[in-house]
Amino acid sequence: MNIFDIIGPVMIGPSSSHTAGAVRIGKVTRRLLDEEVVKAVIQLHGSFADTYKGHGTDNALIGGLMGFSTDDERIRNSKELAKKAGMVYRIETISLQEAHPNTVVIEAEGRSGRKVVVLGASVGGGNIMIQKINGIHVEFDGQYYSLIVNHRDKPGVIAFVTGRVGQSQINIAGMRDYRSSRGGEAIMIIETDQEVDEKTVFDIKNNININNAIYIEKI
Amino acid sequence: MLKYSSVSELVESASNSKKTISQCVLEDQAEQMERSLEDLYEEMRSTFYTMKESVASGLKYVGKSASGLSGGDAARLSLAMQAGKNIGGNVLTGVLIKALAVSEYNACMGKIAAAPTAGSCGILPSVLITMMEERAIPERKIIMSLFTAGAIGMVIAKRACISGAQGGCQAECGSAAAMAAAALVEVLEGTPLMSANASAITMKAVLGLVCDPVAGLVEVPCIKRNAIGAANALAAAEMALAGIESVIPVDDVIEAMKSVGNVMPSSLKETAKGGLADTRTGRSLADRIYGRN
Repeated sequence: MNIFDIIGPVMIGPSSSHTAGAVRIGKVTRRLLDEEVVKAVIQLHGSFADTYKGHGTDNALIGGLMGFSTDDERIRNSKELAKKAGMVYRIETISLQEAHPNTVVIEAEGRSGRKVVVLGASVGGGNIMIQKINGIHVEFDGQYYSLIVNHRDKPGVIAFVTGRVGQSQINIAGMRDYRSSRGGEAIMIIETDQEVDEKTVFDIKNNININNAIYIEKI
Repeated sequence: MLKYSSVSELVESASNSKKTISQCVLEDQAEQMERSLEDLYEEMRSTFYTMKESVASGLKYVGKSASGLSGGDAARLSLAMQAGKNIGGNVLTGVLIKALAVSEYNACMGKIAAAPTAGSCGILPSVLITMMEERAIPERKIIMSLFTAGAIGMVIAKRACISGAQGGCQAECGSAAAMAAAALVEVLEGTPLMSANASAITMKAVLGLVCDPVAGLVEVPCIKRNAIGAANALAAAEMALAGIESVIPVDDVIEAMKSVGNVMPSSLKETAKGGLADTRTGRSLADRIYGRN
């Protein structure tokens, strides 16, 4: 926490958790998809489901999916703008077991047919926690520069990624790895003190055991 | 993080070094964030400009919110003042109008600066901008005072909480008002101790205030509570500047706010299950908004 967490952030109202946090979850989803969103199914749970119309949570999530930041005044009209841009979306309400009251599940599809399913919660003051990516449990809050690496659970992959990051003089602030099953799909989340350059991301992506690597700036 | 873990430490450090609270906080934050003083000041200035814009836009905006629950009250009071029918004078009525304007604008998905939250975003801008206009206070002083306000908020966040969901409205609009009172005292040349007293007096007045938004939306009663919160800050600053002290020091008041918040049932902490939200009118408004019968 610093002074600008208290005097700020500058954001589109009315609610840091129902609006700003929702924009951030949408934005992370957009970044994870790594391409323009053309189709989205948005499922709202709990307080999100109960109050989204009054809080503009739907506009906020869709704005985030379009890559808007929390202070972008286009958020107010993002549903309209999405339609104009050719994005097809559906908003549903659901009831999840043991989920935070402000939880959303977003299934986003890009032009190439690539899909990502993200479960995220807006946990207060505009802060978020991404809890699932494509069915794999993760914990990711977007407060650092982050590298999200989708890989096969094989020996040496983590060493390769951390080694390549180190080669670029990028310091790792924290990291975790989550796998669906032994030898199966896994997600590595690396938080760094410095920005991660394109070349580093490119080299990591090129490893045979790595499906994809995505760099996400602080959200 | 702030180096100071209590308001009294902050007051002591400022008094001993013959600095304002804002100077101490600016220096501390520059050190903690490893950024220059100018850099932090510039960021605060840009936040202050967002506050100013939110006042101007809120005063111009006459529409209703998406729910239809709010909108138009700042304009109503503004008209009354222009007709000379207000009882508060330019300062008090000016503060009320601006607090309503920013909060109404927030409800309509306007761009605001959370201070400390979006739900309480009308309080600080209304108090500071009115004072700047009515007393011709230089902008630099107003911007600096936001560091004082922010420090009070950081101490409250650290020792208690600043969200309605965690501590009720006392924690949210109460904190915003306590922050505004401290800033206002500094702007009007009060001592650091006077700022602390103003925060204490403000917070004491709202201890126990619940968070009970109708239909779960940041509109009823939040918008008018922003106006009343700003008036509360003004009243407390007035007393503190005259040398009136709070018998219970501000750090103790914050402690009390926390323990009151802890025993507050969850129905009164932003869940829209108690208080005004659970009145006959509150329930029927919620039914109407969500299309239930």
